[in-house]
Parts: sequence; C-alpha cells; structure tokens
Amino acid sequence: MTWDWQVFCKDTTSGDAVQGCFGRGGDVTYLNWIFSAWGWTLSVALLSLIVAMLVGSLMGILRTAPNKWLVLLGNAWTELFRNIPLLVQIFLWYHVIPSIFLVLRGVPSFVLVVFALGFFTSARISEQVKAGIQSLPKGQRYAGLAMGLTLPQTYRYVLLPMAFRIVIPPLTSESMNIVKNSSVAFAVSIAELTMFAMQAGEETSRNVEIYLAVTLLYFISAFAINRVMHVVEDRVRVPGMIGGK
Amino acid sequence: MNLDFSFLSWGIIQSFIIKGLVFSVQLTLFAMVGGIIIGTLLALMRLSNRPLLVMPAAAYVNTMRSIPLVMVILWFFLLIPLLTGKPLGAEVSAMITFTLFEAAYYSEIMRAGIQSVAKGQVYAGYAVGMTYAQTMQLIVLPQAFRNMLPVLLTQTVILFQDTSLVYAIGAYDLLKGFEIAGKNFNRPVETYLVAAVVYFIICFSLSMLVRRLQARIAIVR
Repeated sequence: MTWDWQVFCKDTTSGDAVQGCFGRGGDVTYLNWIFSAWGWTLSVALLSLIVAMLVGSLMGILRTAPNKWLVLLGNAWTELFRNIPLLVQIFLWYHVIPSIFLVLRGVPSFVLVVFALGFFTSARISEQVKAGIQSLPKGQRYAGLAMGLTLPQTYRYVLLPMAFRIVIPPLTSESMNIVKNSSVAFAVSIAELTMFAMQAGEETSRNVEIYLAVTLLYFISAFAINRVMHVVEDRVRVPGMIGGK
Repeated sequence: MNLDFSFLSWGIIQSFIIKGLVFSVQLTLFAMVGGIIIGTLLALMRLSNRPLLVMPAAAYVNTMRSIPLVMVILWFFLLIPLLTGKPLGAEVSAMITFTLFEAAYYSEIMRAGIQSVAKGQVYAGYAVGMTYAQTMQLIVLPQAFRNMLPVLLTQTVILFQDTSLVYAIGAYDLLKGFEIAGKNFNRPVETYLVAAVVYFIICFSLSMLVRRLQARIAIVR
C-alpha cells in the first residue's frame, strides 16, 4: 500500500486539497478537524482529572476517618464506581440520569461525560489516597491530635502533605489513564479523537494515516501529562526520604 | 418519569441478554488464558538479558500500554483483514485484539511475579543440574503464578469490564444485548440501569472472591 498524507489537507465537505492544509474562512480541513478533536480530548481529560482528584481525595480521606459511617460511605462510593464498566457508566449519565432527574435534561453531553469519567476515576484515586494515608505511621496522627490540632487540622497539616507526596507515582499513571479512557466518550458522540478517527476514516478511506495520527496525538498527550507530573514530583520531594534529595 | 421493568421477561432475557453474556464471558476467558500465556513469554523475554529479546518485548508492551483500548480495537479491526486478505467478524477480531492487548498488561504482572521469587531459588535449580527451561518451568514460574494470582485475577475483572468496549466495532456482547433489548421495547433507560446492576453484581462478587483468595494465600505463605 502507499501512503497518502495529503488526506489531512483535504476539505471535509468538498474533498479537495487545500493550499497550506489549514482551511480558510470557515472551511474545515481534516487537519483543522483533528486539532479540534485533540482539543476535545484534552478538555474532557483535564476537566475529568480535576473532578476525579477532588472527589477521589475526599472519598479516600473519608475511608481513613475514625467514623464507621464515613468509612462506609467512602467504601460504597469506591466499590460502586469501580465495578461498573466505564462505557456503561457513560450511558448511565447520558441516558438514565437526565430522564430520572429532569432538571439535568438540558445539560450538554460534554459535561455529563466529564462527570462520568471523573467519578469513574475518583474510585481509583480514592484507593491510592487511602493507601497513602494508611502508609503513614499511626504516631503521626496521634502526634497531631496530641498537640491540640483538631482532626481536620491534623489531616491538613500533618497527614495529607505526606500522603499526597507518597502517592504521586500512582496518581501519575491514573492521570495518563484518564487521557486514554477519555476515548470512550466517542460512544455519546463527543467530537474527540476516537470519534474523529472513526468518522474521518470512513469518509476518506485513509484509515491507516488517520489512525496513526490519532494514536500519535494520544501518545503525546499522555507523555506530556507524565512530564508535568514528574516536575510536580520533583518540586515537592521531601528531604530525608528514599525519593528525596 | 416512571420506570417499567415488566417487559424484561425470561424469554426476552434468553433471546437478547444470554447470548451477549456468553460472548462476554467467552471473550474474557479466551483473552485471559491467551493473554497470560503470551504475557508470560513476554515477561521471560524482558528478563532474559539479551537485547535482541528484551527490546522487541519492551517495545510491544510499552506501545500497547500507551494506546487507548478503543483505538487498539479499531486498529486490529482495520489491520487484520489487510494482513489476511479477507474480512473478519467483529467477534473474532475482538478475541484476537483482547488477547494481544491484555498480554501486555499480564506480562507486567508476571514480570513483577518472577522478580519477586528469591534469587537463591534459581541458583538452587542450576545447582541440582536443571537447565534454564527446567528451572523456570518447575521452580520459578509456579511460585510467580502463586504470588501473583490475586493480581492476575484482578486484571481479569478489569478485562471483563473492558470487554464492553467491543461496542466500537459492533460485536454482540452483554451490553449490546441490553441495548438491543432496550431499543426493541423502547425502554433504553431501564435496560441501561439493569445492565449497570448486572455488571456491578458480576464484578463486585468477583473482586470479593479475589479478596478472600488473597487473604487465604497470605496466611499460607
């Protein structure tokens, strides 16, 4: 077979190659389209990551709290969102939740997918955060409380600063997973990279070139997140520990 | 809105859901067995200290692990017919894809498992005159398997969840069965809810079993 990378310079409606490959005056080439799809992928991934980090940390903290109801809530949350496939969860958010809670009818599917992916990943993050807090010696918690800190203060100033540093490596891989998992958003027609691959592949019949470009962009996105997390890890290292300076 | 589950009779379940469930389970078991075999071979290649074996295995595992599964499914659905020259059903394509994809994940687990076996065990094997193959087969791999059994099974639960992604190529799996039933009776909301409950029950019970197994293995050791 022969390569035909010209496909990215083609106009998406007329199919003619455009000079310079970027469409002008409202015309869209496949190159324009793939970049906008990349933008959707990154937006879904980054917004879900924020949701997942916030909710996941909260649930992870609850699971270590000295109150069995809070522990139960955290455990139930984690098991619920960990044991249903992501695709099914996305369908739940897209088809089921708006028809039960009518207020959510007008919410764009992009927002629903962000919550679906965010809550799905929050279960994994809660597991890591819990493990991080539990890996600290019990004496740290007692020392904080003995000094007269309240429980929230103990968490804020003693436990969490250490726990989060410890779990940065697993959080890095969860952050990279979220980029990969954002591809499932194709199922509810979010115009992200996988959706682009399927549609553009069908329109142009140049699947191999299109898939290669899309795969490369996924690589780049996940790798970029990996690098950013490395910088974070480097910045917050604690002297005196194995990973420290 | 009011939910109405009355249309889900045993006949409907039999004609729509069971077929999908059978395929999902088949796909999971097939990809688990194939994936563990290929994954173990990949792990042995990566631990072999021979660049010619280490490099391709590492490249394969790292590539598979950095591409979204949906894209891998689409890639194989496109490439297998190009290589073999004849079109392949979505179901067969899914079997091949999941086996080769999961092999990368299982290989990382097996690599950790092999590395967790004490070095003295290998030396002991050589000392009594065993070849490399015998040492691996009779001494190292059985221990590695046993140590990693809970992790391998946890990965299999994840694999079972991931089989729902064959949606991308239209294979008839458990989720598809529910979706078609929902479309036919115009009850998509109810069928997606039931689908979620069924997946939850299966995956939750499996992970509970894995946890109990883990506790038992931990005591024995």
